[in-house]
Amino acid sequence: MSLYQLQKSLYVLNRDELAQEKYRADLDAFIKDFELTDEEAGAIRDGDIGLLYVLGVNGQILMHYAAFLGIEWFDYLDLMREGIEKYGPVRAGVYTMTGGGASFTEEGKKR
Amino acid sequence: MSLVYAGALSHAPGITGRAELCENKAKRDEFYAALERQRRDVEASGAEALIVVAAEHFANFFMNNMPAYCIGIGSSYEGPIEDPEWLKIERTRVPGAPDVGTRLTREIMKTVDVAYAEEWKFDHGIMVPLHFLTPEYDLPIIPVNINCQGPPLTPLHRAWAFGEALRRACDSVPEKIALVATGGVSHWPATPDSGKINEEWDRRFLGQLTRLDKDALLAYTDEQTYAEAGQGGFEIRTYIAAAVAAGGQGHLQFYTAELPIFAVGVTVMKFDIAAAA
Repeated sequence: MSLYQLQKSLYVLNRDELAQEKYRADLDAFIKDFELTDEEAGAIRDGDIGLLYVLGVNGQILMHYAAFLGIEWFDYLDLMREGIEKYGPVRAGVYTMTGGGASFTEEGKKR
Repeated sequence: MSLVYAGALSHAPGITGRAELCENKAKRDEFYAALERQRRDVEASGAEALIVVAAEHFANFFMNNMPAYCIGIGSSYEGPIEDPEWLKIERTRVPGAPDVGTRLTREIMKTVDVAYAEEWKFDHGIMVPLHFLTPEYDLPIIPVNINCQGPPLTPLHRAWAFGEALRRACDSVPEKIALVATGGVSHWPATPDSGKINEEWDRRFLGQLTRLDKDALLAYTDEQTYAEAGQGGFEIRTYIAAAVAAGGQGHLQFYTAELPIFAVGVTVMKFDIAAAA
């Protein structure tokens, strides 16, 4: 149930400009609108892409959130890899990592 | 018949958002040229509205109330929801087609319990196709969504039935309707595996799609698709619906696995429109 709330908070944030204003003006107030565990609330408070990924946030929701935070594409991919290293495998959902953390693009390998 | 064009194309956000990061610019531009040919085909069809059968990514629908199928009957739509600088597509307003959309919905409802929506925000899944197919945003759009994101997902035989309903609905209205499906074949988007592509799987599926091989297309299970084609492979539902709506031979106009920066084997297809059943 909590993952549901975590994903909902980001779903709302991604599509609702009023929610985005609230997020920027008073992050804690935004977070309190949802029933989150301390770990989940902390992940949003810190913009911790790696932890959110490991917690099982759907990748499409997370990708839009990363874009909202202004995170560049390859940095976003690296943050998910770092999340796996720091927190372990993805705990829920279908957006798991199957490639051992390798880059599948020449552009990414050259970074 | 009033279905005047049917096709399919990829919609991955990298197609526009990471265009400049792409190193294989020759292949990228071949792909863009194929999209331009598709744009001209849609235009030449004389279509008065364009149905976009999409697999959206939590722009409108969430697990609080997730429709398996939904059709837009709003007068206009705004998109993209994503940061325009990230997607490299300016936020804009796109005209809808509420009148014909409502008539299509009534006809579809005779066999499929489709949801409808007068509000709809477009994400990259629709905005990337429109960026190439209607760059002036002057063709009324009828968005359609098949849930390919939040399992449990609609079974493939229901996507087939939805394609049949779309076709019957298009043929029930006097307006000229074009239809494109946007989706992906194998891909692992929005994960560290972004760029992973199973070309063999893609070509097998796309071959079956061009032949409208019903037995083969309906034999895919989500478990197999997930293992071999990733969670992005669930989007084959949109392609199946479009192919069924057209009913004729499919033509793979462009496919390459050589642009992994776009995170999918990019695809452009056209389907012959068979005589109505």
